[in-house]
Amino acid sequence: MSWTRIIAMTRKEVLQIVRDPRSLLIILVIPLVQLFIFGYAVNLDVKHVPLCIYDRDGTQTSQDFLKHFQATDYFNIVRVSDSYSDIVRNIDHAVCSVAVVVPPQFAENLQSSGHASLQAILDASDSNSASIGIGYAQAIVQSYSSEIQIAWQQERGLGAGVPSVTFEPRTWFNEDLESMANLVPGVVALVMAVVGAFLTSLTIAREWERGTMEQLISTPVGKLEIQIGKLFPYFVIGIADTAICAGTAVWWFGVPFRGSWIVLFGCSMLFLLVVLSLGYYISVTARSQLGACQMALLATFLPTFLLSGFIFPIDQMPIVVQWITAILPARYYVSILRNVFLKGTEVRLLAGDIFVLAAIAVALVALATRSFQKRLG
Amino acid sequence: MNQIEPSVVVQNLTKRFGDFVAVDSVSFEARHGEIFGFLGPNGSGKSTTIRILCGLLRLSSGRATVAGIDVARNPEAVRQHIGYMSQKFSLYNDLRVAENLEFFAGMYSVPKNEIPARIAWALKMAGLEGRDQNPTSSLAVGWKQRLALRCAVLHRPPIIFLDEPTSGVDPVSRRQFWDLIHSMVGEGVTVFVTTHYMDEAEYCNRLVMLDRGRIVAMGTPTELKSQHMKGQLLMIECEPLGPALELLQTAPEVLDAAVFGNGIHAVVADAPAMAPKIRELLSARHLGLGRIQQIAPSLEDVFVSLTAARGVSAEVAA
Repeated sequence: MSWTRIIAMTRKEVLQIVRDPRSLLIILVIPLVQLFIFGYAVNLDVKHVPLCIYDRDGTQTSQDFLKHFQATDYFNIVRVSDSYSDIVRNIDHAVCSVAVVVPPQFAENLQSSGHASLQAILDASDSNSASIGIGYAQAIVQSYSSEIQIAWQQERGLGAGVPSVTFEPRTWFNEDLESMANLVPGVVALVMAVVGAFLTSLTIAREWERGTMEQLISTPVGKLEIQIGKLFPYFVIGIADTAICAGTAVWWFGVPFRGSWIVLFGCSMLFLLVVLSLGYYISVTARSQLGACQMALLATFLPTFLLSGFIFPIDQMPIVVQWITAILPARYYVSILRNVFLKGTEVRLLAGDIFVLAAIAVALVALATRSFQKRLG
Repeated sequence: MNQIEPSVVVQNLTKRFGDFVAVDSVSFEARHGEIFGFLGPNGSGKSTTIRILCGLLRLSSGRATVAGIDVARNPEAVRQHIGYMSQKFSLYNDLRVAENLEFFAGMYSVPKNEIPARIAWALKMAGLEGRDQNPTSSLAVGWKQRLALRCAVLHRPPIIFLDEPTSGVDPVSRRQFWDLIHSMVGEGVTVFVTTHYMDEAEYCNRLVMLDRGRIVAMGTPTELKSQHMKGQLLMIECEPLGPALELLQTAPEVLDAAVFGNGIHAVVADAPAMAPKIRELLSARHLGLGRIQQIAPSLEDVFVSLTAARGVSAEVAA
């Protein structure tokens, strides 16, 4: 093993990367674009649901009740309607997706019988948003009703401490259920899979395609020297991209970071070994740049996107698909990253995931090394 | 290294690709400090042989040693002692001239303190002084070939393999390339070169003529020209060439006939006696006739004569 040869190989790769605008674009732009797409465009949170209100009662009580919808982030009152036909029009034109109607005699019924009904109208063409919207609405009504119940009891001198059992769910680690916080680990994995495997998938295939490989393998350079020299620059790029993604997530999007940076970068290096070796193996096998980069995307982007638990929870998948995810390195990496970002889990509790990731890394490095032969044909 | 021992020894070398025999039981030796030529048409097995000798292809059977090392057993050790230039241009077009040289200096583990001097020398020899910062892609083909050659010999190997180094290069650049090869032989290097240009074969000290994977002749250019012709050579200028060639090929006194430029070269037993007979034969058919004269055979004549004979015998055998 000669360091001179490895350094010469690395230097050549760096020069080729720097002179190829496409690879620069992939290295710098893809991570940020992905992060911003997931940060802004793909917002899985349901907030600021556009709401129409129609107060047919028009009393102090009904106004007081409707103020509760104003006070929360979950709804945006976009329109105060004065008829059902106006509500229909607004829903049809997608001005609002939820409408709340306070019926006449709302205050009176409440006063006399202690019981009143409300009407909610939902646009369920996006059923997911609609069910989340109705959930928020119910929660607001619930809190309003307990408020007035307590007020009623106090008025009658029954004391404030009437025990009423209420269910108060408490979410840990991602208290505001912000999907960004949940997505960032997946985005980091996705960026690394794409950048790592995509770029390296070209390195060997390009040399075969341009005929430079024949010259290269006629020199005394060893195959391990080629592999290390070629992959090293992409390793550094991968680490830099991890830092860019994590930094942007924490300082721009305000995603919590509770774990250790050492664990983050250590595991990222393991995952990089996996994707770089995979890209290298594909490049050796494909021998054409087009075939190699298509194969690399297929082997990394899709599984990472669909099966790593990044967007779709693994425990909700059919059992056979769950088995498949067991050999998917991205799954372990995403799980480690979630723990590191949101929980700050101790390393020893992550040992299982880290071990599997390391084992896959070793296997793929070996596969990549074995696949390359310094021979033609 | 022992100077008396031959640089390249090949014994019964055979290479099969499936059913196809690309190289068929070839044996030869190349000596130190000579230009050893491999002459033959495309598909005759030249490149396959050279690739086996460089350890780029596995041989099917036989034995080959380069610089005393068995190629099949230890291809990595062979690579320390050779420089190889493939048929296709194989430097990095997206690197600068100097960067290509630096890269290959690294691949060949040239000692760090010697790299600048060797690169300067390589630039001087390739005629690329002052153009070291040019992008390689901007060089014309001839310059690229000379640069590729200098890249392949940065580590000063005792044996150089050149696979059709001048294909697609203009005549002036070809000439310059051969000057470069001669200057390296002057430095004591063995050059092993394949070509299908007959004029280039004249520059070689010794030659192997290859046809369909088999050696048809071996020797110095002079030996080949004097020993492998079955008769004497007549150059016949005439018009049109087609019917004249047909006529000569069927004439019993003519051993062999082939078109060369705007005339026909005919092999006959006794040239002075045959010349008037041929003039008669062609005039009878009213073919426009120019000069008929005896000439010294070129390597191309030898090659055509040898391969034609083999083609006939092969047909007879079949």
